[in-house]
Amino acid sequence: MKLFSNTDVVIALILVAAMVFIGLINPAFWQLPNIFSLLKSNVVIGLMALGVLLIMISGGIDVSFTAFAVAAMYLVVRTMVALDFDGVIIPFLCATAIGALLGLMNAGIIHKFHMIPLIVTLGTASVVRGLVLGLVGTSNVNINQMPEALIEVGRANIVTLERANGTTFGLSAMIVVYIVIAISIHLILTRTMIGRSVYAYGADPEAAKRVGFKTGRTMIFVYCTAGALAGFAGLLHSSMIWLANPRDFVGLELDVIAAVVLGGASIFGGRGTVMGTVLGVFILVMIQNSLILMGIDTTWQRVVVGGMLICAVAVTALRDRRALV
Amino acid sequence: MSQTNATGTTEESFGQRLIRASSHTNIQLGVICLLILATMTALRPQMFMSSYNFESMAFFMPELGILAIAMMIAMLTGGIDLSIVGVANLAGITAGTVFGYLAGEAGVGALGSGAVIFGVGVGLLVGVLAGLVNGLLISGLKITPILATLGTGQVFIGLCLVLTGGPAIVGFPPAWTWLGNGKIAAIPVPFVLFVVLCVGLSLLLSRTSFGLRLKLIGTNPKAAIYTGIEKGRMIVFSYMLTGGLAAMAGILLSARTNAAKSDYGSSYLLQAVLIAVLGGTNPAGGKGNVLGVALAVISLTLLASGLQMMRVSNHLINFVWGAFLIVVIALNALRSRKGR
Amino acid sequence: MAFPPLIELRGISKRFGGVRALDNVSMTIDRAQIRCLAGENGSGKSTLIKIMSGVYQPDAGEILIDGKAMDQLDPAISIGQGVQVIYQDLSLFPTLKVVENLFLNTFLRERQKIVNWRRGREMAREVLDRLDVDLDLDATVETLPAAGRQIVAIARAVLAEARLIIMDEPTTALTGREVARLFRIVRDLQQQGIAILFVSHKMREMLEISEALTVFRNGRKVAEGPIGEFDERAITRAMTGRDLNTGHFTAPAFDPQATPRLLLEGVSVGDSVHDVSLRLMPGEVVGLSGLIGAGRTRLAKAIFGLRQDVTGRMEVDGRPLAPASVSDAIRAGVAYVPEDRLSEGLFLNRSIRDNAISAAMDRYAPRLWLNHMRARSETGKMFRDMQIAAPGTEVPVSTLSGGNQQRVVIGRWLMTDARLLILNGPTVGVDVGSKEQIHSIIHGLAHDKGLAVLMISDDLPELAANCNRVFTMEDGRLTGEFSGDALTEEALETALASVTRKETA
Repeated sequence: MKLFSNTDVVIALILVAAMVFIGLINPAFWQLPNIFSLLKSNVVIGLMALGVLLIMISGGIDVSFTAFAVAAMYLVVRTMVALDFDGVIIPFLCATAIGALLGLMNAGIIHKFHMIPLIVTLGTASVVRGLVLGLVGTSNVNINQMPEALIEVGRANIVTLERANGTTFGLSAMIVVYIVIAISIHLILTRTMIGRSVYAYGADPEAAKRVGFKTGRTMIFVYCTAGALAGFAGLLHSSMIWLANPRDFVGLELDVIAAVVLGGASIFGGRGTVMGTVLGVFILVMIQNSLILMGIDTTWQRVVVGGMLICAVAVTALRDRRALV
Repeated sequence: MSQTNATGTTEESFGQRLIRASSHTNIQLGVICLLILATMTALRPQMFMSSYNFESMAFFMPELGILAIAMMIAMLTGGIDLSIVGVANLAGITAGTVFGYLAGEAGVGALGSGAVIFGVGVGLLVGVLAGLVNGLLISGLKITPILATLGTGQVFIGLCLVLTGGPAIVGFPPAWTWLGNGKIAAIPVPFVLFVVLCVGLSLLLSRTSFGLRLKLIGTNPKAAIYTGIEKGRMIVFSYMLTGGLAAMAGILLSARTNAAKSDYGSSYLLQAVLIAVLGGTNPAGGKGNVLGVALAVISLTLLASGLQMMRVSNHLINFVWGAFLIVVIALNALRSRKGR
Repeated sequence: MAFPPLIELRGISKRFGGVRALDNVSMTIDRAQIRCLAGENGSGKSTLIKIMSGVYQPDAGEILIDGKAMDQLDPAISIGQGVQVIYQDLSLFPTLKVVENLFLNTFLRERQKIVNWRRGREMAREVLDRLDVDLDLDATVETLPAAGRQIVAIARAVLAEARLIIMDEPTTALTGREVARLFRIVRDLQQQGIAILFVSHKMREMLEISEALTVFRNGRKVAEGPIGEFDERAITRAMTGRDLNTGHFTAPAFDPQATPRLLLEGVSVGDSVHDVSLRLMPGEVVGLSGLIGAGRTRLAKAIFGLRQDVTGRMEVDGRPLAPASVSDAIRAGVAYVPEDRLSEGLFLNRSIRDNAISAAMDRYAPRLWLNHMRARSETGKMFRDMQIAAPGTEVPVSTLSGGNQQRVVIGRWLMTDARLLILNGPTVGVDVGSKEQIHSIIHGLAHDKGLAVLMISDDLPELAANCNRVFTMEDGRLTGEFSGDALTEEALETALASVTRKETA
């Protein structure tokens, strides 16, 4: 399988054009600290986007993953604080597992009742957020309470460079985690039968059943993986900002969905690539982060993201329509 | 009163027709309403049955009810409108901005009812225009309603931020806040408006060609084209109506709270979907009625108010809403499977 | 034969609730045999397919494969025995590449966990070579024409080591040239020892391709034998239980100088219909036949305002017709009954009344307000005129039989001021009794109301018996006109067959 599909090439070209354009308006864009921080901002959204990509390829949509991310992150951090536990691996495994379990709930409801994924995930999102805030707590876990080990994880750099004035800046090690996971998802999607079953289900669920795919298993794989990625990304996020806020990620669903659509996935299913999604996330994060560099007020940020989503879906709508003829 | 017409079929009165059209779902909803009422009364007799409690419900229920009806109208054609909360806030904020501009140094307190009527007009216009944008994206560019309205919803909220710069707009003219807090003959103004809208929209959807056309489009969009229904135009109209209703809800919200902010009422989106579905609307299109949605909003408001009295936190009430939505769709799915 | 038959069905019966779908049916298919299973809709053909593929279990009877009794045949066993069904919708994955559509089945059967693309590609290439066809393995299936998709479906079946391929109405979406290629492939498969069961109701194809024929009617086998024992008349008699209607419809005499109901002059639609000229007088029922892709439906859609790439002159009752939309066409007096009743014609969950008034909404709601009284009384009149069998006008049309549903779709146009009625496949999926009634209703409309009717159909006996004139169409052009004594089923058959031959050559 080629790493780049045709759509991916187009997206990459758009990305390059946008980078050149932003660089022309403000050359500061090209400075290494900016690029490094840009890459770092990709990690959390990117991990969530990979999950949403799976769901969109299967023909669904998910607005509950941010709630799952919050649940996994807050539960794990609060438990760590309560037990005075300071590991890294077990907490991340737990966060991932919590996300996966919640994803299983989505898969079960959607598959069992043949219900529209949007409405189901609206419901589960509200259930999970309500439970976390209502039963676990509403207060932030601040930097002074945050487990040391998590902060260390968030702080780790793979490259550390020194500025002219002696301060240092670095490239977050989390970017490596992101890349490894992205490559794994790419390999699963392109080289395994379960991965291909996601595409097959998204292209035509009935036909997928007829050729002998176990579609229930596919749905579980898709929603659990998306939940697991969200849970993992949630905890990663809190260790990168040294804060666990149970009201975090509100409204982030849209950014993530916008990035995935920008990356060429179709809401009708059967289409989408990891490469495209990674590029889509990069475009979205870059433009959000560069508004200030371009001298645009940050209050415009949501207008810009919404506008980008509309443009992206308009273009993909045209593409899908052409393909149907 | 029944009368027999020339063809021999029995002519029903509007009331009978309403009862028949509203079918089982609405009777069930009515029963649920009464059950909740009875349970809550049993649990907290003095508080729940107090006129104060009913009055406060009558003040805040209409916003949600109108949003749910707006959602139901979008669902009639098989669509959905995720931008209604954005539209609602944008309408309130635009009106607030207009008032600030009109009043200048004198302060909004000095503005009379003429200015307020103008403000209502501006708010509704904003809603209708927002709906026009949604409709054009959906029927012109053929974007799926989910993504189109998700995107425009962000743009509308973004515009709210741009207009306000972040903080809430506080302080509206007295005539405006009367819309949200006043009474007509001891009945809260929002409730009066809600009832009027319900009756009007119920007639629009069940007694006019517009309503029938929307339902036919939702039932089978292709067949609608083959019978000469101008699908694109009808869909644009339906989203304009949805937008206008969302704006109405936003006006009531800002009038009741005397403030407008970009992120007010963000939990209303889920609740509007829930109420619409609970009220017998089929999210896949073709089915939905105002009475069902009104009954659904009443039962859920009773439930929420009862839970609040039992000191259940707002967060857990959100949990209940979500769980309710899932249970309702699960029951619907089971029932339709049995029907098959 | 030394070998036992590939598959043998003995005394199969199947009931659904109170309906007897199959009644004591037996059939054998030998190795490398091409058999055709014929019958009208609802005759039990699809139930039999599902029994052979293990989807349904028969209530009585047994299935033998290679002479061995198969009790509890399920889909996996059936596939394992080499039975492959190609359904009408083909069950392909449109957004995936050809190569993947081909190998997914096999990999699934082998319980692979990892996708070996290189091996998959080799397998795909090999099977396409075996079928002697050339397809781009990397094209996505959605970009292929209907014929290409069908080849992918056949290749997929062959790759799954099929010994019997059951094809359900395989030629429905194909042009003459493509049908010829399909037949070529089918004969190649036969050479390689694969048996084929064609499920069809098209006589021409049955006679051309099959070696043996089985005919079902109402869940029973009514005829069987080598194809040489049948001619079209015999097949029709077996399928419908009655002789061909050799009667004719005679249109009332009309003044040739009178204004025609429909006038087309030099009408072209995109690059699919070229320079069509015809005139329909009031009271005429005119047929239009041709192969799929000949442009019949496109022409009808152009008249009905569904195509904007129309050139040439169109007139209804002497008034120019240039509809920008369907509602323009309806206002000009054009009515159209689409090909696919379920997806294009009906609002299934809605009442007969809502379905009936849907095309004449302006009449019942001149200013937004719906006049329920008038809608109900006129629907009632239509209901009686069309002789619809239903408890009333408020029941959902989903509860009606195919024939009654079609009456609703046709009846809808009686409630408009239709002057020209275009029927596309008016009796597809309608049982025999209803079919005749629908025809007589159509004749009544033409005669009493002076409607001009344009009837598009694949069913040549239907056209010959019910039209006063029939046009044949080929590659977007009108190629022949038959009327009076020259209008016979055989004449139409010959005219259309010559098209196929030309295309095959």
